[in-house]
Amino acid sequence: MLQDKDRIFTNLYGFKSPGLRAAKMRGAWDNTKQLIELGRDGIIDQVKASGLRGRGGAGFPTGLKWSFMPKESDGRPHYLIVNADESEPGTCKDREIMRHDPHLLVEGCLIAGFAMGANTGYIYIRGEFIREREALQAAVDEAYEAKLIGKNNKNGWDFDLYVHHGAGAYICGEETALLESLEGKKGQPRLKPPFPANVGLYGAPSTVNNVESIAVVPTILRRGADWFAGLGRPNNTGTKLFCISGHVETPCNVEEEMGIPFRELIEKHAGGVRGGWDNLKAVIPGGSSVPCLPATMCKDLPMDFDTLRDLKSGLGTAAVIVMDQSTDMIRAIARLAYFYKHESCGQCTPCREGTGWMWRVLERMAVGQAEKREIDMLLDVSYQIEGHTICALGDAAAWPVQGLIRHFRHEIEERIDQYSANPNPDGSMALQAAE
Amino acid sequence: MSVRRLAEAQPESFSPNRETTAFAKAAVKKYPTGKQASAVIPLLWRVQEQNAGWVSEPAIRWTAEFLDMPYIRVYEIATFYTMFNLQPVGTFHVQLCGTTPCMLRGSEDLKTVCRKVIGDQMKVTSDGKLSWVEVECLGACTNAPMVQINKDYYEDLTPEILERILSDLREGKEVKPGPQNSRHRSEPLGGALTLLGDVSAKRAKPKAAAKAKAAPKAKSATPSKAKATPAPAKSASPAKPKKPRGVKAPKQPDDLKLISGVGPKLEGTLNELGIYKYAQIAKWSKGEIDWVDDYLSFKGRIERDDWIKQAGALAKGVDEYVRVFGKKPK
Amino acid sequence: MSDMRTVKIDGVELEVPAHYTILQACEEAGAEVPRFCYHERLSIAGNCRMCLVEVKGGPPKPQASCALGVGDLRPGPEGQPPEIFTKTPMVKKAREGVMEFLLINHPLDCPICDQGGECDLQDQAMAYGIDKNRFAENKRAVEDKYIGPLVKTIMTRCIHCTRCVRFSTEVGGVEDLGLAGRGEDAEITTYLENAMTSELQGNVIDLCPVGALTSRPYAFQARPWELRKTESIDVMDALGSAIRVDARDREVMRIMPRLNEEVNEEWISDKTRFIWDGLRTQRLDRPYVRKNGKLEPATWDEAFAAIAEKIKATTPDRIGAIAGDLCAAEELYAFKDLMSALGVTNVDCRQDGTPLGEKGNRAGYLFNPGIAGINEADAILIVGSNPRLEAPVLNARIRQHWRNNAVQIGLIGEVADLTYDYEHLGAGPESLTELVEGKSKFHALLAKAERPLILIGQGAIARGDGLSVLGHLAKLAADVGATGGDSGWNGFAVLHTAAARVAGLDLCVLPGGEDALGTRGMLSAAGKGELDVVYLLGADELRMKSLGEAFVIYQGSHGDAGAHRADVILPGAAYTEKSGTYVNTEGRAQMTTRAVFPPGDAREDWTILRALSDALGHTLSYNSVDQLRAAMYEAAPHLAAIDQREAGAAGDLEELANAAGRMNSSAFSSTISDFYLTNPIARASAVMAECSALRRGRKLDAAE
Repeated sequence: MLQDKDRIFTNLYGFKSPGLRAAKMRGAWDNTKQLIELGRDGIIDQVKASGLRGRGGAGFPTGLKWSFMPKESDGRPHYLIVNADESEPGTCKDREIMRHDPHLLVEGCLIAGFAMGANTGYIYIRGEFIREREALQAAVDEAYEAKLIGKNNKNGWDFDLYVHHGAGAYICGEETALLESLEGKKGQPRLKPPFPANVGLYGAPSTVNNVESIAVVPTILRRGADWFAGLGRPNNTGTKLFCISGHVETPCNVEEEMGIPFRELIEKHAGGVRGGWDNLKAVIPGGSSVPCLPATMCKDLPMDFDTLRDLKSGLGTAAVIVMDQSTDMIRAIARLAYFYKHESCGQCTPCREGTGWMWRVLERMAVGQAEKREIDMLLDVSYQIEGHTICALGDAAAWPVQGLIRHFRHEIEERIDQYSANPNPDGSMALQAAE
Repeated sequence: MSVRRLAEAQPESFSPNRETTAFAKAAVKKYPTGKQASAVIPLLWRVQEQNAGWVSEPAIRWTAEFLDMPYIRVYEIATFYTMFNLQPVGTFHVQLCGTTPCMLRGSEDLKTVCRKVIGDQMKVTSDGKLSWVEVECLGACTNAPMVQINKDYYEDLTPEILERILSDLREGKEVKPGPQNSRHRSEPLGGALTLLGDVSAKRAKPKAAAKAKAAPKAKSATPSKAKATPAPAKSASPAKPKKPRGVKAPKQPDDLKLISGVGPKLEGTLNELGIYKYAQIAKWSKGEIDWVDDYLSFKGRIERDDWIKQAGALAKGVDEYVRVFGKKPK
Repeated sequence: MSDMRTVKIDGVELEVPAHYTILQACEEAGAEVPRFCYHERLSIAGNCRMCLVEVKGGPPKPQASCALGVGDLRPGPEGQPPEIFTKTPMVKKAREGVMEFLLINHPLDCPICDQGGECDLQDQAMAYGIDKNRFAENKRAVEDKYIGPLVKTIMTRCIHCTRCVRFSTEVGGVEDLGLAGRGEDAEITTYLENAMTSELQGNVIDLCPVGALTSRPYAFQARPWELRKTESIDVMDALGSAIRVDARDREVMRIMPRLNEEVNEEWISDKTRFIWDGLRTQRLDRPYVRKNGKLEPATWDEAFAAIAEKIKATTPDRIGAIAGDLCAAEELYAFKDLMSALGVTNVDCRQDGTPLGEKGNRAGYLFNPGIAGINEADAILIVGSNPRLEAPVLNARIRQHWRNNAVQIGLIGEVADLTYDYEHLGAGPESLTELVEGKSKFHALLAKAERPLILIGQGAIARGDGLSVLGHLAKLAADVGATGGDSGWNGFAVLHTAAARVAGLDLCVLPGGEDALGTRGMLSAAGKGELDVVYLLGADELRMKSLGEAFVIYQGSHGDAGAHRADVILPGAAYTEKSGTYVNTEGRAQMTTRAVFPPGDAREDWTILRALSDALGHTLSYNSVDQLRAAMYEAAPHLAAIDQREAGAAGDLEELANAAGRMNSSAFSSTISDFYLTNPIARASAVMAECSALRRGRKLDAAE
């Protein structure tokens, strides 16, 4: 188990003040100027060496992403954009950073901004996080007041940081949709290429990073890339905030070492599966978008990017949704399908039409009112969405369904059999039809 | 989501109050010159706040004119983003998270409560106080199930608690946002297991005995009630944990839920241990406190919440409780 | 300059410019790529996903070919050209999937859909559709939206390609349409279902790949396969937009745009498109003669006899002849010929009273840089014009240039929403004087520009001091280097509003000699009783009251102002009913084609003039249109070069510049007050009347 001394987010649970003084006591804003003096390349090299992979779900190497920004400005400003539109079902880690340890994020923004030559940063926080926005804004204000950021600040890199917010759209967590939204448009993803590093916010080079990715950077630089790279295993390094929800005894957020075995994670921190390990049915290991895994695959499962990818699932945002034997898998996934239908932006055909289709079929399957051949049809529909859309929401909508069919086809079939045998156990259907 | 349209009945006009005007002027300054359209979401949000929680058609026009945008563009925004309420809402607008993580922990039951107390979605109660809508994941999954009421999250809900919150809000009582059980934020129920060095200054350390074995398992038919209690953290303690003596269920058990920190589930657990009366709890020894604390994986919460004092007061009656604590039991 | 890339498409190697999209490259290679949202003239949305292709070496998923640039492709490991496949199983499967998604919520109402027979979805479903339906759920139904009297919506058919939204935002420049809501519930609408306000809105009907947006006036009128299609030229403004006239039997059923990159690209204005119901109503289908103050039907002979009687009773100097805005060159030539034969010199083709053609030569009245030349201008000055009303399609080109290249635009004249930003330099001659004298900053901007364009509206010159204004503008053009540079650029651009005007000027349908009267003179002379006969060849835009007691001959197609005032009416043909030459504002000669025959006794106008000349004893020398044209081409050879643009020479403006004199101080105003009612055909159209009423209503609203 990760020791407290290796935890970056030492006020994760908010037992202490999120304010500047307290944050400084916890180590934030310590020698930031020296970190800046590492130089742009120095910082990017350190971040690369740490092996930090983006914490927003896709796990793209953060240092590499930063290095895509033009070295010299061609006259256009550079922008750092922090993606705080945390909306992936199961995920609630960035929220804790913003309301309890916001100074780590603000400091990270300054450093990341410097590393990519950006004098302006925007933090795009989801609209529902109103209190979190207030906490974050307070931290930004404090940092301005203490001359830690802003023009002519103590740290030697002019940097303006603004908190911007959305208003209820999961899709704005997609980086180009976020940019569109930040420009005052509907959050409809852009076509790529061009990528944001070339044409981003207001047509200028921009980099969009997740809150956690940015907030861990100051600590990585202070403690050294080696420290971070020494945790976890190669290509899956460092610590990670895990959000453990669903059917565990004590759901919680916890910062753990990357690659911690699943069982250890939930038993050490979340009181184990409700009703004991044997009561486990399935796990969605990385937020709603990744396919679920059945209990049999979960025991010694190291929670990292590569392992989970190899199992046709993913670490995603490390939002672990645990489901015990009492779970109706079909209904659980149908509810996710509804989520994607609700959140599809409506721009491109497969996602706009397909998400609703999948949801409707799943709703029928949840009561068994379907035919068995429709399971394969549903799978086919999911493949027709996957990879055919502008952004990854199409994939994200397809994968849970594929995961369901891959591991729980028998359950759907049983439900259908049950319904065909006795479609009308309490007589209510007949009444409905007659109405 | 269903088709989102503007409300049928619209006010004649919208005029920004001073706060809104100041907000709007400050908002556009965050963005480069000529990019004022960036402020459209914050502005609509502010406008909604001024307009009793919903965005009216004149307000859309005002926003468009302020930002020099065509009406249709602002209309697109208002219909795209689901936090903009296009219909009037209650003074307390409940957004109930219904996505899978909350569903797994009982959001369906919360919906039943809302339907019972408030009615259909997006219908305002006749007193104008309440309305509700099911929304998608609000990002507080480790504190599921939860709702957002106006600006605040109310987490770790049970149907009973939600019902109480709704009625309290209706009656104008103050309701504490955040987790509604004993949790502080998103640490495990019963107290944090990590970052303890940090919290020690502020919180009493769990005093559970070092050598205590895994607590006895409660026997229960439903798997959900079974306990797999992790070994408590090591700590030297002078008092030997001892299981408090239980009694048979009396005819008139006390309402243990009046003890701050005890919810209906916990009450059930205590009852299973044979604890029914305030007086029983009031008399617990240190060892008994530790045993129960350990059994419930509470990490010292019994002492923190001072059940003994509470129970002592309650045993003497509600008036005594008010005298001691300066407020009514919850 | 030309950055070329080699790509391999379906095994065929070819070179294409690096800025090409894969879709364009595929078309170049002859590989057909289906699409719904992609449109050459609109921004790329990439949302229909129909144009997916397989890119070798790329990610293992198909790519939207409309959105991926050839320049963005990476070559193979050994530098082989990037390879693209359009027919692999992966592509086929992907397209079938997209087609299925498009169809699941699309109604199967093709038999009652006006798009039937020319529907992209129908056509592509033939190629990529699967024969069975796997969608067992309820189909989506979407409420229809009112978006104006021109475009009908059946929103359930919408496939969300957003072409219409992009058109109205990008080309139309009036942000009316939007995609509201999101996900599967997203719907196209205008704000609160207000009518669209663009003059180009009809184009969304053509752009809509399905039957969601169709023509409201044309609804349920005809099927595309029963229509006879005639390629022709529009006369609603002076652009000469390329059109296709679709007719069934004797009636024009609709008018569609044709592609002409140089003129209208593929857009037409709403007046051009929806005018056709005006071709059926208010028609003059037989001659009339006024008897006892009342117009009574007559035979051609009776009508000619009445005319002959009046003309013989007077002297040529007491006869006036004015040609209108819709006349073809053929009848203008015959008209002038006839007047010359009669010895009449009071002839004019400029019923708005401009001084065009009086001083200087052809360059003095043409849109010299050419319509496509707008795209090359690096500064634009607009004087006395509202191009949005006078030539909407040309205005769209200015807008497009402004959007793409941020060209600086200045305006002297009435402030109006032109769909682009401009600097308002003033209202009238005073501001012009300032500019000419170099006192305004915009002068420096024009002078600095390599290809400044000075757009001169009729509103600046259709006034008493018009010649002087025109002179000042010619002077300004010379001063800032809009003319006479080495590049051959001539930025002196007169924007006409009448389709007939340039041909009329080319053929010198102008007062013949010092004492001869122009329009203005004729009107005042007639008012004073100094003219006995006035011959109006389709001239309806005059104040008929000014004609006093004169005997008025009206030859034209519609019972409009001229016909009401007339003593004799000779029924002519409308532009869809004759083959006529028109020269557009930039000097391009184009020819209309007869799509239907004129109604009743109405005849092609030149034949009427020819017959009348016989009756008057001054028989014109041609018996066929070919003979007429031969004679006409001799007078104006460039009219023979159909579809060619014959521009004026830049140096020819000096004489005009010398005409700069005193100008009065009244402000310039556009000559068009109501876009929808500028000519007799438009005034006969119920659709145009509805549009006009709607716009006036909106104006009233705004004034409140």
